[in-house]
Parts: sequence; structure tokens; C-alpha cells
Amino acid sequence: MSTHEETVAHHDIGESPEGENRPIARPGGASASAGARRIIFLVLLAVALVLPALLKNFVVFQLTQTMVYAIAILGLNLLTGFNGQFSLGHSAFYAVGAYTAAIMMEHMGIGYVWTLPVAGVICFIIGFLFGLPALRLEGVYLALATFALAAATPQILKLSPLEHWTGGVQGIVITKPDAPFGLPLNQDQWLYYFTLIVGIILYICATNLVTSRTGRALMAIRDNPIAARSMGVNTSLYKASAFGLSAFYTGIAGALGAIIVQFVAPDSFTLTLSIGFLVGLVVGGVGWLPGALFGGAFLLFVPNIAEGVSKGLSGAVYGLLLIAIIYVMPSGLAGFVQAIVSKVRGK
Amino acid sequence: MELLFQQILAGISTGAIYACMALAVVMIYQAIDHLNFAQGEMAMFSTFIAWQLIEKGVPYWLAFLITVVVSFIGGVAIERIVFKPIEHAPVLSHVVIFIALYSVINSMAGFIWDFTVKSFPSPFGSSPLFGSTLISSHQGGMVAVTLGLLLLLYLFFSYTSVGLAMRAAAANPASARLVGIRVSWMTALGWGMAAAIGSIAGMLIAPVVFLEPNMMISILLYGFAGAVLGGLTSPGGAVLGGFAVGVIENLAGTYIPVIGAELKLPIALVVIVVVLVFKPAGLFGRVVVSRV
Repeated sequence: MSTHEETVAHHDIGESPEGENRPIARPGGASASAGARRIIFLVLLAVALVLPALLKNFVVFQLTQTMVYAIAILGLNLLTGFNGQFSLGHSAFYAVGAYTAAIMMEHMGIGYVWTLPVAGVICFIIGFLFGLPALRLEGVYLALATFALAAATPQILKLSPLEHWTGGVQGIVITKPDAPFGLPLNQDQWLYYFTLIVGIILYICATNLVTSRTGRALMAIRDNPIAARSMGVNTSLYKASAFGLSAFYTGIAGALGAIIVQFVAPDSFTLTLSIGFLVGLVVGGVGWLPGALFGGAFLLFVPNIAEGVSKGLSGAVYGLLLIAIIYVMPSGLAGFVQAIVSKVRGK
Repeated sequence: MELLFQQILAGISTGAIYACMALAVVMIYQAIDHLNFAQGEMAMFSTFIAWQLIEKGVPYWLAFLITVVVSFIGGVAIERIVFKPIEHAPVLSHVVIFIALYSVINSMAGFIWDFTVKSFPSPFGSSPLFGSTLISSHQGGMVAVTLGLLLLLYLFFSYTSVGLAMRAAAANPASARLVGIRVSWMTALGWGMAAAIGSIAGMLIAPVVFLEPNMMISILLYGFAGAVLGGLTSPGGAVLGGFAVGVIENLAGTYIPVIGAELKLPIALVVIVVVLVFKPAGLFGRVVVSRV
């Protein structure tokens, strides 16, 4: 009885019951594959740099939004994929980031660039503090606690005492920044490059983090908390920090999202957004950082595609597409890519 | 004092709705070991089937019975068709499938029966109970049915061989298989039972909140909250938890000034989270000791 419960605890999140074929980016690896990875990265970067010149402004905006979602999913992945903690509350951190940016820009007249670190730090603190009581909760209980956070956020933002700052139900309208240094870019194109730069920096930080000593500690806690603790990992500190860090990423994404959409309002940050991040995380691949981009694209484009197929049954089409994706790639894009790579290598 | 008493009574009557749903939540948790986000929508769909039957002139209790049977079959079918092929996929992928199912069922119900609000008949009538306007005879009947269902489930899980086999399959699939239990069919049976209980909950709730495709969203959340508060391993605890959520929500709305009414749901959730921090398995849940 008890032994079973214990094994379940390990496989709680993002892992197949067999525990094999896990699509985790392994630290190190063969140098050939590292080289290949670098080439793929550079090719993608080149494509990303050329794209805005070729596409319409609206598509550029959509790509920017995709990257913003990807950053939020990256943050969720650090928490769920690498530390094994579940969250339905990330819409709250996204909202805090968005409102921080909006209030700083519109009420205080501070430049948009400076809102990002502030939003990140504020979210880190909130996430860390929230992570402390959440230490005692696991699985569905943690899901409920984080859900409470997601449910409370829009209501708190609407509260009358805060209306002076948050604008109540109406929200806040933000002016779109122009490209600096007289660069020959329009606003959408500039925000695209700006988001790309921020995204790449955050991505590199995340990959370095998960291959570092800290990353190994986080994964050890995910795989076996008791063993991790007995090997001297301060599980409480790491778990709360993981929450803070995850909130940091999501908060920055929220600030970027507010700047590109030019508008924040309480009802954009409901549980639906949290569930969207979760779906994006899973279709991209839990525990595989590049998957975040695919997840972000899924989050933005698939509902539109479903709407295009059938207006009345768009929800059904969306659900069926989602089921189809999970059938084809049960571990998200990560497992799919891994299967292809191992086939190419003939293993 | 009078106000307090009235608010508690009102809380109990809304709590009865949550208790019903919490019971269905716990049922499926016992069978598949995680929460099913699509459960509310399954119950909603069942209720629409009952509504359609009653509209066609089928007597209430016959429609009730047909709906429960159809829901049971539907639950088993969903498990067999949708979940069996990916039973080895990661847990989070299952969660995503629940979300997908939620979306599919909600959209289909809206497509077939549209989004206008429909009234649903009550078998117990709606006259005031005990001379109080706060609790109607329908809500009294709902409490009675929930408690009756609880008793039946207790007997089923404690004294029948199928019930025991289901518990064994949920608690320890590997060992259950070794003693000859067909684990995968037990899971399907669990889905069927959860769908059937959900349909009963839906039909009892519909006269109070009216029937429409989105009726279950908030109720399911409260049901989850009640189930988690009471303990996911304890059906009795879940029912009690459901009532407790109703009462807490009502009292918070009445007694906390300024923010109370606006933040009813979050306050109820915060209370629950605080309880969980001190009793992580819920009030009546079995504490799991992990062996190293």
C-alpha cells in the first residue's frame, strides 16, 4: 500500500509510468550533437531575424505574442518540468507582470525597458512567498492552492480600493513604444526584435540553469525528494526558489505581453490563461525547454484554426486537435523530436 | 444570531450542490487517481439528455433512470475510446486530454441545445421546507439523495467483491493484477460510475441553477474544493467538505466587510488552502506514509 503511494509520488508529473524514454535535455552529450544543436539554433535565429521584413505587421505581432507566451511557458516548465511542482496559478504572475509594466509606464512615466526587470523581481518575490506555504502541498492539493491564486487575481484587480492604480474593470491603455536610435523599423517590428532579444537571453539563462548544480538539485527534488534531502539538498529553499524563478519568467512575459497588446484588463488574466500555459507546456514537452516555442504557437494559433474550421463547433474542433496531438505525441513535441533523432542515428 | 443561523442554513443548501459534485469527483479520483476536469461537462451533457427525454414526454423517473444508464455507458465508452490508447502517456498529458474533452463536450452541448437557459423540473417540488424560505423542499430532497448515494457507495465499496476489486485496482494496480483483477476494466467501471453519479448530481443541481452548457464550471470548482477539503480518499469527507465550502462561502460574503462579497470564492479557497497546510491530506483523508 504505502510503497505504491511512494512510487506514484515520483511519477506524479510529466513522466510516463515506465519512467523511460524521458525527453529531458541531458547535460553534456556527444559533441557532434552539441554542434548540430548549435547549427539548428543559428539557422532558426537567422530565420527569426529575417521574418519581420517578409511578413505583414499583424503576423509580426502574432509572432511576438507567440514568443511572449513561450517565455511564460518556459517559466512554467522550469517549475513543472524540472522541479515537479504543478501550477494553475501562472495567470496570476502574468497579470502581476502586465500590471507592473502598465502602471510604471502610464502612471509613473518610466521607460518600458525598465519595467521588465521590475516586473520580474516583483513576481519573484510573490512567487517565492507563495512557494513557502505551498511547500507542504503536492499534486492535486498544490493544483488547488495555485488555482485559488488564479481565481483571486482578476477579482483583486477589480477591487474598488485599488481602482486608482489598476483602472478597475476598464483596465489601462498603454502607448506603444517606437524603435530607438532611429532604427528603420515600425513599432511592431521593433517590439518583435525586442521580445526576441529578451527571449533569447532568458532561454540561455534557463538552459544554463538546468545544466548547473542548481538545476541538478531541482531535478533531484523532482525525482526523489527524500533522496535529495538526504544528500544535503535544501529542498524547502530550492522549491520556493523554483516557484520564484518560474514567476520571474512569467512576470517578464506578462510585462512584454502588456506592452505589445497595449492594454491590460482584469478579465484577460483568468484561469483560462493558466490552463492555456499548461496545455502549451504539455504539447511542447514537459522538461524540454525548446518546446516552449511550439507551446506558445499552439496557444495562439490553434484556437484560430479551430474557429476557421467551424464557428459553431470551434471548441469541439480545438479539443479534437488537442486529443490528436496527444495521440501522435504522448510526451509532446519533445518525445516526437527525440524519436526522430534516435531513428536518424539508427539506434 | 438569527442572521448567523440563516446564513448557515443558506450555506448548507448551496453546499448540498457542491456536496453532490464532490461525491462524483471523489468517485473518479478513486478509480483513476487524478482529478477529471471534464467531469462537470459530462454531468451537464447527461442533464441535457434527461431534459430532452422529459421534453419528449417521458415521465421524470423513467427519464432519470435512462439518463443514469446512458451516462454509465458513456463514461465507460470515453475511458475505452479516449483513454485506453494512451494509458501509458505522462500524467500531464492525461490532464490535457481532460481539458480537450471539456472543450469538446461543452461545444457539442452548445451546438445541439444552444446556449439559452432552460428550466429543469424537480421531483421534490419547490415549496419551502420547515417553514423557512432559505431552504426549499428540493434542496432538502437533494441533501437526502446525496446522503443516500453516499450510503450506497459505502456499502458497495465495503461489502461487494466488485467494489473491493475496484479499490484494489486503484490503490495498487500491479498487485491487483497479480491476484487476478482485470485492472483496466475496473478503471472503465470507475469512469462509468463517476459519470452515472455525475448525471444524478447534474439532474439534482439543474432545477436550482438552470440548465445551460456553462452551468457546471463554477460548481465543479466548488465540488473540487469540497472534495479536497474533506479528503480525496474519503467519500463521506468529500460530502462534508462540500457542505463546508457552501457555509464558508456564505459566511465570508456576509461578515467580511468591503471585499467579502466581491471575493467570496477566493476567500473560501484561501480558507481551504490554510486547512490543507495544516492537514495536507484533507480533513478526513488517509495520511499516506511513504516508505524510503
